Amino acid sequence: MTAADIFRHLKKALAAAVWLAFLTLPIMVIRVDTVEKTVTWRWMHLAYMAAGSFVLALVWNIMLERRDRGQADKDQDGGEGASALARRLADPRLARPLMAFGLLAAAAFPWFFSMYQTNILVSAMIYVVLGLGLNITVGLAGLLDLGYVAFYAVGAYAYALLNYHFHLGFWTVLPLGGILGAFFGLLLGFPVLRLRGDYLAIVTLGFGQIIRLVLENWGEFSFGPSGIANISRPGLFGIPYSVEQATTYIYYIMLGLVLLTIFVTARLKDSRIGRAWLALREDEIACQAMGIDNTRAKLLAFALGATFASLMGVVFAAKTTFINPASFTFMESAMILAIVVLGGMGSVLGVILGALLLMLLPEYMRAFSEYRMLIFGATMVVIMVFRPQGLVRAKRKVYKINVETAG
Amino acid sequence: MEYFLQLFFGGLSRGSIYALIALGYTMVYGIIELINFAHGEIYMIGAFMGLIVAGVLTAQGWPALSILVIALVVSVLYCAAYGYTVEKIAYKPLRGSQRLTPLISAIGMSILLQNYIMLAQTPDFLPFPRLIPDLAFMERFSNFLGTSDLFIIVTSLAVMVALTLFIKFTRMGKAMRATAQNRKMAMLVGVNVDQVISMTFMIGSSLAAVGGVLIASHVGQINFAIGFLAGIKAFTAAVLGGIGSIPGAVLGGLVLGWTESFATGYVSSDYEDVFAFLLLVLILIFRPAGLLGKQRAQKV
Repeated sequence: MTAADIFRHLKKALAAAVWLAFLTLPIMVIRVDTVEKTVTWRWMHLAYMAAGSFVLALVWNIMLERRDRGQADKDQDGGEGASALARRLADPRLARPLMAFGLLAAAAFPWFFSMYQTNILVSAMIYVVLGLGLNITVGLAGLLDLGYVAFYAVGAYAYALLNYHFHLGFWTVLPLGGILGAFFGLLLGFPVLRLRGDYLAIVTLGFGQIIRLVLENWGEFSFGPSGIANISRPGLFGIPYSVEQATTYIYYIMLGLVLLTIFVTARLKDSRIGRAWLALREDEIACQAMGIDNTRAKLLAFALGATFASLMGVVFAAKTTFINPASFTFMESAMILAIVVLGGMGSVLGVILGALLLMLLPEYMRAFSEYRMLIFGATMVVIMVFRPQGLVRAKRKVYKINVETAG
Repeated sequence: MEYFLQLFFGGLSRGSIYALIALGYTMVYGIIELINFAHGEIYMIGAFMGLIVAGVLTAQGWPALSILVIALVVSVLYCAAYGYTVEKIAYKPLRGSQRLTPLISAIGMSILLQNYIMLAQTPDFLPFPRLIPDLAFMERFSNFLGTSDLFIIVTSLAVMVALTLFIKFTRMGKAMRATAQNRKMAMLVGVNVDQVISMTFMIGSSLAAVGGVLIASHVGQINFAIGFLAGIKAFTAAVLGGIGSIPGAVLGGLVLGWTESFATGYVSSDYEDVFAFLLLVLILIFRPAGLLGKQRAQKV
């Protein structure tokens, strides 16, 4: 970078800072109280804002220029390789011991850490599975589902209500919840089959809202906004256990479910249906022309994604023993989407990393908890602009044909 | 009969606001085929700008009507600036990328703006002063039509007529229509597409600002989250009328306003928001092109 370049960037950043300071001036500086008729001026905020936006604008512009130059280079090369991280992790010599170590560490975790820590990890694992489930619908099949949390709610309420009315246990409801989730996935899938990308997003958003509003307003069915309390924890062959042991127990249940989900989604990705989803995502018409049944592929994607969400709903209800509609807002859907997007759409490893990062970082940075959603939103924009493929770029399986033997 | 009229005018004023916001969605969609998820947030920021202006001027003891005018002007200007900036940050760098990329960026922008207002102002509901005074001659109709309803209907109508004239007869309006029809062709004949897109965002945002100030004064309270629901409903209105079509957005807004008003008046008020979403889902399933939209064959 030459001196002229630096000067140009500084000038641009200064202009951006002045503009943003002007833009945010009334909202950041003035606070009014229309009842008392008083006005508070907070000029310090303006200084923070200007300084902050100067730095951000500088970084933003330099990154943007780099990105555009990088893209031009890539166009010349004509190829796109997997990211360095993904490539290194894919090497079996490194991957196998790493996986074994991770598994061992996960299995030993509750023995070395407190119940509080275990609980946090259980929540994070729930989001890992939710992310992987949404990854099927959004990442693989390219169907943007903004009402994903509705299926999560279906599972949670299925367990809570069946437990309340019929005293059914966790292990009975878990498969039932999965089936119910798949059913609801199909229910949503059928009418929206014909819709294209962004329309689909809005309909799923509407569907998610309808489910939440019904849960909130249909008091006789769902007990309204006050929710359902005293949901039973999972049974262990009738052996009684303490709250602390319950956390450990649920931890192992979740660990099992996470491994199952990872296994299923990783295997699905390279299967016949997985390849059909990828084709569907890339080009719907071409996909149909190749003889793939679009309807079946779409419905399967919806139903499978919904099944995982519903299963997690059951676990969530059993873990917290209390649920109400406030846990199933649009923000929750947006958060799961952020996990998938940040991790890398279509990449199993990426989604796992994304979920752990987004769920665990805020827990250990309590000081910033207020800014959590702000940072979420900003991250989504930044990732889309600079790294739309996410942390870990999804890797396509490469098939090699030996010409001599095949010919 | 009086109850019917009350619901009718209530629906009309509510529908006009939806129409004002829906116009922003439809114009942006017409030009860059993006659901501008952050549009509802611009409307919310418009309401907050109105509140801040009103708060500062009431403390100085200005009369209500002049406050309203100044609040509207300031709010419109600021929201136009916000719309411009949002486009430059979150959408412009993404032009020519995959379809879902700008949509996710828009969702991120929406979350960002909501939390920015929440942190900079307050997470609670704030009371909004009544800026629209009761007019004396309106007393006769006060059983079914309040002054603020009338004011909302008249202002929205004036704004929509102005917009139609702008798009029909000015140079910029022609450039907008050209860009909406075919962006590449428009570029070839010398339309500055970047400028047109910025302008579209600015106009859409100013309409949302008008809606925000008017509705805030009518309802009497605002908070940082009002943009989400209003945005979704206005989007419903835009889709209902046929997205990309300007008369369609107005018609869609009115139909939605009446549907909500009559459904809550005659059926049940618990499910007010459900009706809007139900209408949205039904429209998209049975007539995705909307009431006034054209069914277009998908090209390969």
